[in-house]
Amino acid sequence: MTNYNFSSKFKLANILSIILFILSVVFITFKGLNYGIDFKGGTLIELRSINTDISSIRNSLNDMKLGDVNVKKFGKEGDFLIKVEEQGDNNNIIPKIKQKLSDNLNSEINFRRVENVGPKVSAELLQSGIIAIALSLAAMLFYIWIRFEWQFSVGAIVALFHDVIITLGVFSLLSLEINLSIIAAVLTIVGYSMNDTVVIYDRVRENLGKYHKLEIANIANLSINETLARTIITSVTTLLALFSIFILGGEILRGFSFAMILGVFIGTYSSIFVASPILKFFKVSYKTLEKEEENIIS
Amino acid sequence: MLNFSKLNVLIIYIIFLFIGFFSILNFQENKIIDKKVNLGLDLQGGSYLLLEINSDNLVEEKIQSKVIPIKKLLKDNGLNYQNFKINNQNLNLIIDDVEKFELLFFSKKDNVVNPYLDNYRSFELDYKKNNNNEIEISFSKFGLLTINNSALKQSIEIVRRRIDDVGTKEPTILQRGEKRILVELPGLKNPERIKSLLGQTAQLNFRLISENDEFGSEELISENGEKLFVSKRIVMSGENLIDAQPSIQNQNNEPTVSFTLDRLGAQKFGRATTDNVGKRLAIVLDGEIVSAPNINEPITSGNGMISGNFTFQEATDLALLLRSGALPTPLLVVEERTVGPDLGEDSIKSGVTSLIIGFVLVILFMFFKYRMFGLIANTALIANLIMLVGILTILEATLTLPGIAGIILTVGMAVDANVLIFERIREELKTEKSIIHAFDRGYARAKITVLDANITTLIAAAILFAFGSGPVKGFAITLGIGIVTTLFTAYFLARHLTSLLVLNNNKEIKI
Repeated sequence: MTNYNFSSKFKLANILSIILFILSVVFITFKGLNYGIDFKGGTLIELRSINTDISSIRNSLNDMKLGDVNVKKFGKEGDFLIKVEEQGDNNNIIPKIKQKLSDNLNSEINFRRVENVGPKVSAELLQSGIIAIALSLAAMLFYIWIRFEWQFSVGAIVALFHDVIITLGVFSLLSLEINLSIIAAVLTIVGYSMNDTVVIYDRVRENLGKYHKLEIANIANLSINETLARTIITSVTTLLALFSIFILGGEILRGFSFAMILGVFIGTYSSIFVASPILKFFKVSYKTLEKEEENIIS
Repeated sequence: MLNFSKLNVLIIYIIFLFIGFFSILNFQENKIIDKKVNLGLDLQGGSYLLLEINSDNLVEEKIQSKVIPIKKLLKDNGLNYQNFKINNQNLNLIIDDVEKFELLFFSKKDNVVNPYLDNYRSFELDYKKNNNNEIEISFSKFGLLTINNSALKQSIEIVRRRIDDVGTKEPTILQRGEKRILVELPGLKNPERIKSLLGQTAQLNFRLISENDEFGSEELISENGEKLFVSKRIVMSGENLIDAQPSIQNQNNEPTVSFTLDRLGAQKFGRATTDNVGKRLAIVLDGEIVSAPNINEPITSGNGMISGNFTFQEATDLALLLRSGALPTPLLVVEERTVGPDLGEDSIKSGVTSLIIGFVLVILFMFFKYRMFGLIANTALIANLIMLVGILTILEATLTLPGIAGIILTVGMAVDANVLIFERIREELKTEKSIIHAFDRGYARAKITVLDANITTLIAAAILFAFGSGPVKGFAITLGIGIVTTLFTAYFLARHLTSLLVLNNNKEIKI
């Protein structure tokens, strides 16, 4: 078993977390999130055309007055991704763009993916995404509250907020696209981070019962150390799987796997350096557990 | 925890073999059990369309159709009214005796004006008093709902007929919510034709053309730019059509649509054409004149022909639209996602490659970390994958690209259960002299943690399943099932394998 003194770094880590959290909130509020068409509405076209470049695609779309048009390379040579903002006339925009591109570009075009999301649907998707994340946080809070004492519940939920906000903050900073699969990634991060926190909390509870005389800081420290091997091994295997998706899984899964990789790091960190210090903040002791039991008996 | 009765062992392996058996079905053609994991549109290519009905026009039409019955009701009962006005979706009027009106309006017996909807326990119409004697009649909440629901049902039926007629393979057409229709068309590379077929309501009617702008006519532009006054009275509508086929007219090789009418339609059409020989008849589709031929002679056979400078494709599509019937309201495509078949193939390839590589990496890592027990964890992991695919097969679930990502993630996270257990056993071995006891205690103590840890991920997956859409739902399914199979394989299969290993040579065990 390792014997690192985690609790001595709690303060430093908390300052770091608070700074990152605030920075993330600032970025999300002022720079905003780069919503994809799932949440903003609009049209996305992925095409493959060997003898074309970005500027000729852009030029051929320019005189269509489509407003904000974004053209970029996407994965392999000859693959491009075009994003066009919401137009109002969704039913006819796709054939028009396709026609225009086929007429103007002097090479064969393979339209590999075409997506169009109307304003109503995108608003609903965003809403249900936010509800899903909020609901998952609430469900976790509730689960921990049933399984542990409220202090643990608060610790876990603060850690989850920390993870979600900082992950979104990084996405805002790097202007990475937020789409449906990112919501899936965020929910999985919530599950993963919770998983990590629960393992440490379980051990804290066990140790509180075993060592009545130890301070909570020491108990937390001991518990983190006892579970550290598991924490690291699980992170490693999960990251092996995730890097495999990130590198080999293709362009469509890249954002998703990046969010998850980020989440595994932040989630592992937060279980140790956010969720555990909160137990110290609440001065959790073996009495906390007993009180709870008394309540149940009486 | 290491003692298994023979019966337990039997049950564990029967469950594993039973579920595992289904995973084989995906790799083999057979006719007895027709179960397979479906590939999502993002993997096999195809089109997803979400259509929305807009019943506003319909409501306006319906409220207009109430005008005459209401006026009749008022007149028959000697109620004086004035300022009867039609405003979009409601009717305004000033009435002398509102109380008497209310009695008549909300009478449950033989109420033709305002029928009582038994299933909603509500009247179709409602009214409110604006001031003094001015009232405003409109559809009640449930009246609107009834109109909407029947329009939606009818639309789904028509959409199905039109799509079936085009002949795409295995289309899925489902109701989504109160106003939407989901259409999935596997293998369809270009949905434009379907979109244009679904984009027309195809309300066809035959109306006489009058000489001048007389009362009850409207001005429409004909197919060759002629201004025509078309009577609003409908001689016959598309409802009376029983068949329509594209055909080529012999004289000038022009594509046309020939149609057959039902008995009632043939009668109506026969009478109208007999009475109006020499006049012109406008064929109006969705408010536009398709053509306006002369009535040369009475048509009583119930067969007719529509010409209108069509290409053969247009004639084919029009015939299809007429055969399938008119949509009650226009449909709007509110979401569309089309994936080409080659992108789907690429996605499968990259998904499977990353799955294999991720799997091999995890297996190697576990072997180097735990050696003998790593092998057990790896065996459990393989069994886990087999069961995961087996359950997906039993459920005939749809595998999407995010779904594959969920499987890979399961590979990474599934070993967690065994890692928790093995690490716990390592700790127990420090204080416990008896190896068997240490293993026993390790399993027992890790159990709660393993459960707690997995339930949290399961909650996340369940919420994602409830709120996610399309491909993301596929991710939630594989992730969720992965957790269940993980618990089974770690707590039953791996534990049994461990017990075999430990009970048979407990002297040299190292973990």
